[in-house]
Amino acid sequence: MKLRWGLLDAVVVVFALLPVLWIVSLSFKTTATLTDGNLIPREWTLENYRTIFQTDQFVRALVNSIGIALISTTIAVVLGTMAAYAVARLDFPGKGALVGVSLLIAMFPQVSLVSPLFDIERQLGIFDTWLGLILPYITFSLPLAIYTLSAFFKQIPWDLEKAAKMDGATQAQAFRKVIAPLAAPGVFTSAILVFIFCWNDFLFAISLTSTERSRTVPAALSFFTGASQFEDPTGAISAAAVVITIPIILFVLFFQRRIVAGLTSGAVKG
Amino acid sequence: MADIVLDKVSKKYPDGTVAVRDVDLEIADGEFVILVGPSGCGKSTILNMIAGLEDISSGDLRIDGERVNDKAPRDRDIAMVFQSYALYPNMTVRENMAFPLRLAKLDKATIDEKVNDAAKVLELTALLDRKPANLSGGQRQRVAMGRAIVRNPKAFLMDEPLSNLDAKLRVQMRTVVSRLQRRLGTTTVYVTHDQTEAMTLGDRVVIVRAGAIQQVGEPQQLYDHPANLFVAGFIGSPSMNFLHASVADGRLRTALGDLPIGSRVRGLLSDAPENLIIGIRPEHFEDAALVDEAARAKGTEFEAPVELVESMGSDKYVYFTVEGERATSAELEELAADAGASDLPTGGGANLVTRLSAESAVKEGENWRVWVNLEKIHLFDPSNGRNLTLHEGRAAGVTAE
Ligand SMILES: Nc1ncnc2c1ncn2[C@@H]1O[C@H](COP(=O)(O)OP(=O)(O)OP(=O)(O)O)[C@@H](O)[C@H]1O
Ligand SMILES: [Mg+2]
Repeated sequence: MKLRWGLLDAVVVVFALLPVLWIVSLSFKTTATLTDGNLIPREWTLENYRTIFQTDQFVRALVNSIGIALISTTIAVVLGTMAAYAVARLDFPGKGALVGVSLLIAMFPQVSLVSPLFDIERQLGIFDTWLGLILPYITFSLPLAIYTLSAFFKQIPWDLEKAAKMDGATQAQAFRKVIAPLAAPGVFTSAILVFIFCWNDFLFAISLTSTERSRTVPAALSFFTGASQFEDPTGAISAAAVVITIPIILFVLFFQRRIVAGLTSGAVKG
Repeated sequence: MADIVLDKVSKKYPDGTVAVRDVDLEIADGEFVILVGPSGCGKSTILNMIAGLEDISSGDLRIDGERVNDKAPRDRDIAMVFQSYALYPNMTVRENMAFPLRLAKLDKATIDEKVNDAAKVLELTALLDRKPANLSGGQRQRVAMGRAIVRNPKAFLMDEPLSNLDAKLRVQMRTVVSRLQRRLGTTTVYVTHDQTEAMTLGDRVVIVRAGAIQQVGEPQQLYDHPANLFVAGFIGSPSMNFLHASVADGRLRTALGDLPIGSRVRGLLSDAPENLIIGIRPEHFEDAALVDEAARAKGTEFEAPVELVESMGSDKYVYFTVEGERATSAELEELAADAGASDLPTGGGANLVTRLSAESAVKEGENWRVWVNLEKIHLFDPSNGRNLTLHEGRAAGVTAE
């Protein structure tokens, strides 16, 4: 039985990892051996990596990606934290509607919004700017943040906040010293989810940008050329793809324990 | 230390629920007062208003003579112990107990000293560096108490602090709480719905029903001289027996036979309703064969079939079923619902629980003669629950002249 599960696991892992391995392998191949069909490169080279970091195109896109994803994540998580706190804590009119609408937005097919957004952003003059991407990213990641965070906040026993107040804390101190440390894993979890969403987006990045000014890496990849106009860019594209995957892998590995701790923090209850 | 005065305090929640209405209560400096009542009667709401965690809708709250309605909890210098203990899970026991002192900006040496002292009193010294998650229920409870006592507050508020413990531990912790309060002499308001705690812990007990105070008094006073049907039924275990009664020919007609009434009660009955309720505590019955001549005159006897005998060693609980109407009133239904007994099958007639001497030879299934002390019978008006035998705060039975 155990063996069979192990086998199944192996199949799944290979199935999922093969394309990734292939891209990694392509990124280390020379132009000449690109199409030889070997998984393990016969000739190893770092040429592709050197190329992409030398081209302004990639570096610029990387800066855009990091900047846009970080700003969107920060804003979405801050707003989401406040909204989720209210959803979990307070009874206000329209609470059900708020949660419903945010779910609706999360479900909405983004593709159908691309051309209206294109027109709107042209009119407003924010087409092909950082702001032009940050805004839709916040719109679509906020529901995700509110959702995960409010599930989180609901698990924090609010007696703790009352106890802190009785112990002599101000509202701000109670939040900072008691609630925030307990909420931190939840905030981390949703920050990571939101960051990954922004980092990986291709649809908005390709439709709402037109120059290197604000193009992020996923979009920029499709405009890649090799070192010269006439070279096959496959190696360079693969190298770029590997580079932008690294932060995500690091993120997940590094915060994995935090995410898991976050998802099971119901255990704090006395 | 301080006295706490509630002056016509009411609470109306934003959704319109009136949880507390016109509560007047004076708690003396150093007094241990218990708030007790069925679930949802507003005990926690009263406590939270004293704490400052809930706004007061109307009325005044004074601590140490000063009106504190608009003061934040932290400016009232009151400590609270929660039912859930509310220990900070990310802090060790030491940090939990030091938290109020750190917020008060005491220096490190003083904090350490106070925490160590409190830990010693509560036998927590060995646990100071553990996290709450690694403590047993009783230990967590003690940490919660420790956090309350470290900073010598003006008063302690406790909301069902023992209700999450198992029965044995609860009894132990009860004495811990009581000793601690005696020792510190700090004004304490303690909420419970366990009437054993109410009877054993406090200097005075406040009985609350549907947001209003029913009676305030020392435990024995509430037991012997209940102001109304609700208090009579709430205090005491097993609880008081209630039977329907009606006035006929200057006597009380009940399932126990016709009972004589004294002039005092007769005077009151002229404008009382025809239907009444009598209440008798289990210990005011006795096996007729064991009652001496002198006592016999103070009571009356009746005969009824014995349903069940529970021998406790020191005495016998004997259950009878007597013919006749059962007593009904809103208060009794509420009490039954609170005790979870509202849908127990009761069969025909009324049930009596009696406590007879251990020497009684009473046998299940037989008819037995039982004596009842008329000087201890209470008479209630079912329309408003008032105790008609009460005179200047003292109940004297139905035969009092
Ligand atoms: N935030 C609130 N909004 C509206 N009604 C409330 C609120 N909190 C409590 N109530 C109502 O006020 C009444 C009193 O509640 P409270 O919590 O004081 O009861 P309690 O006596 O402490 O009961 P228990 O023994 O179950 O703890 C209840 O009817 C309750 O439903
Ligand atoms: Mg309560």
